[in-house]
Amino acid sequence: MGDRFDVIVVGAGPAGTSCAYTAAKSGLNVLLIERGEYPGSKNVMGGILYRKQMEEIIPEFWKEAPLERPVVEQRFWFMDRESMVTSSYKGLEWGREPYNNFTVLRAKFDQWFASKAVEQGALLINETVVTECIVEDGRVVGVRTDRPDGDVYADVVVLADGVNSLLGKSLGFHKEWKPDEVALTVMEVMNLPKKTINERFNVEDNQGVSIEIFGDSTQGLLGTAFLYTNKDSLNIGVGTTLSGMIKKKLKPYHLLEYVKTHPMVKPYLEGGETAEYLAHLIPEGGYKSVPRLVGDGVVIVGDAAQFVNAIHREGSNMAMSSGKMAAEAIVRAKEIGDFTERTLDHYRKELYRSFVGKDLKKYKDVTHTFEDHPQYMADYIPMLNKAANKFFTVDGSPKKQKQSDIIKGFTKDKGKITVARDLIRAWKVMK
Amino acid sequence: MHILVCIKQVPDTKIIKVNPKTNTLDRSSAPAILNPYDAHAVEEAVRLRKIYGGKVTVLSMGPPQARNAIRKCVEIGADEGILISDRRFAGADTLATSYALFKAVEKIQKTDGVDLILCGKHAIDGDTGQTGPGVARRLGIPPLTCVIRVEDVDVENRTLKVHRKVEEGYEVIASTLPSLLTVEKEINEVSWAPLPNMIRAARYEPSVWNVDDLDDVDIKQLGLKGSPTIVGKMWPPEKSKGAKMISGDPADQTVAVMKIFMKEQELFTKAGRKN
Repeated sequence: MGDRFDVIVVGAGPAGTSCAYTAAKSGLNVLLIERGEYPGSKNVMGGILYRKQMEEIIPEFWKEAPLERPVVEQRFWFMDRESMVTSSYKGLEWGREPYNNFTVLRAKFDQWFASKAVEQGALLINETVVTECIVEDGRVVGVRTDRPDGDVYADVVVLADGVNSLLGKSLGFHKEWKPDEVALTVMEVMNLPKKTINERFNVEDNQGVSIEIFGDSTQGLLGTAFLYTNKDSLNIGVGTTLSGMIKKKLKPYHLLEYVKTHPMVKPYLEGGETAEYLAHLIPEGGYKSVPRLVGDGVVIVGDAAQFVNAIHREGSNMAMSSGKMAAEAIVRAKEIGDFTERTLDHYRKELYRSFVGKDLKKYKDVTHTFEDHPQYMADYIPMLNKAANKFFTVDGSPKKQKQSDIIKGFTKDKGKITVARDLIRAWKVMK
Repeated sequence: MHILVCIKQVPDTKIIKVNPKTNTLDRSSAPAILNPYDAHAVEEAVRLRKIYGGKVTVLSMGPPQARNAIRKCVEIGADEGILISDRRFAGADTLATSYALFKAVEKIQKTDGVDLILCGKHAIDGDTGQTGPGVARRLGIPPLTCVIRVEDVDVENRTLKVHRKVEEGYEVIASTLPSLLTVEKEINEVSWAPLPNMIRAARYEPSVWNVDDLDDVDIKQLGLKGSPTIVGKMWPPEKSKGAKMISGDPADQTVAVMKIFMKEQELFTKAGRKN
């Protein structure tokens, strides 16, 4: 029989590392297993790290974590072929403590975060793939890895193995995700001198910008493109539901190329040198896709549990919170020496009481509604652009006339009732 | 048998960037790894331990983070690791490095005895291959470079037989114990470490020695002061244009090659005949 631990965490992403950190800090004996060469080497996200949930794990982390820039401006673009309507908020208070969120490069950040868990006493093992959970009498008692003598045992196994969660699937906690439950995101990190970024995005050295791009960036598919500023590089990427890509027969890298060469985007990237190309699935099934979370001796956290708020592009924060809550439930279970589903279920209950469960529930129908009704992305964003164009073009016609033309333009093709119904539907799922 | 392996943590030169202005390596652009040749040296030591028994100790000089390279050796199966780390070692060339390692080996010899020393053929960041032989010379033991096979070790009679790679093939050499071997990659395949080794390595804390932990050290021979090497000029090597691959069945390949010859060498062409 191999080594024995209190907890084995599979996957050193935000969820797994938060769990390992919290459990180790409480004095538990933790083994953290990562398949990549180092934590972060295989992890992908657009690049926004949320201060609040990270701070709950490591207070004042910004003083030592490898962060890129604190985001002081969030821009939203509603883009058509040759135009866009934008809205944004810029607040310099976000550039000061305690900040709002940061841009990060995952390869650096995850490595640092995992090293903090190691400082708390967790054992980190890289380049090791967990091939299955060891189950005895319906209880998960350990994991089997791809290494010789690769079995290792623990009271609780935490599955933080990411969006595909083959382990969760093999335990029967969820089925293979359907194409409308996952988004495919492709992105590039493009090197650009700091000075150029500052000038182009109108910021200082330690200020960052996040831009979310809707509409033509996904050629009308449900999804978004994004552009974030790092210290001396940019993250440019685009993601849409897998089902949308399949339906439109789009290749993800073609879509990214389309975004990069879009006349609204291109000038921002001018002179940029592609340093990395990354692609990843993002779980976007939402509330209804959340799998079974707890079993005897096992819990599921993070992307593996579909904890992503697609509307607010939040995921890493939910991952961290879920990891922390799982660790707290395990610490509690350890105190009473009972690791059955009944005791570990504390994690599930706390999770649904927290913002993770509440936000997932609030937006439970959004993705599915927008997926079923492509007009929001495909029709209304171009209409918005046309309206703005009409209103701001000085052509000698009176403004009152313009307003009534715009409203007519909105309802001409679809009819007033359809438009009203669309508006009500959107309001209902978002409220 | 006590086998000592000298190892080095190096930047991964497969992906490292060269600063275009100064032509120096931008070390922050590449992760620090165990020198690949050294991994083979550790693997060989572990293999020999399995046959002849004993212990494998790893020795390295470097900054504190070089402990990770030693942990990597523990994954491969090393029993113990020692890091000599001190600001006074910094800036060392191969002469000063071999002196510092020599002093550490002396200390290890006193308590444990050393029967065999293994090193990688060279480190991938400097490619000099001087440190290993330098240590051997200072210890007064035979250096055997470019070893591709350890055929036999006779612990009792204190001899060993190895194969050395030479240009025309290999030569078989008998030597005495202790000897210092520097190994080529083809000596073995670094095996996929078992999980218990991984767990042990993650927990492992190598011993760290500073200058004062070593005996009778001549400070003048350490670090930058002890390094007479002067770097005259640095330039990146020219990138090779890459070969053209010719595929198809043998007949097609012959035709393709002949076409190139005929065109390039102007064989059988009017222009060629004039010559």
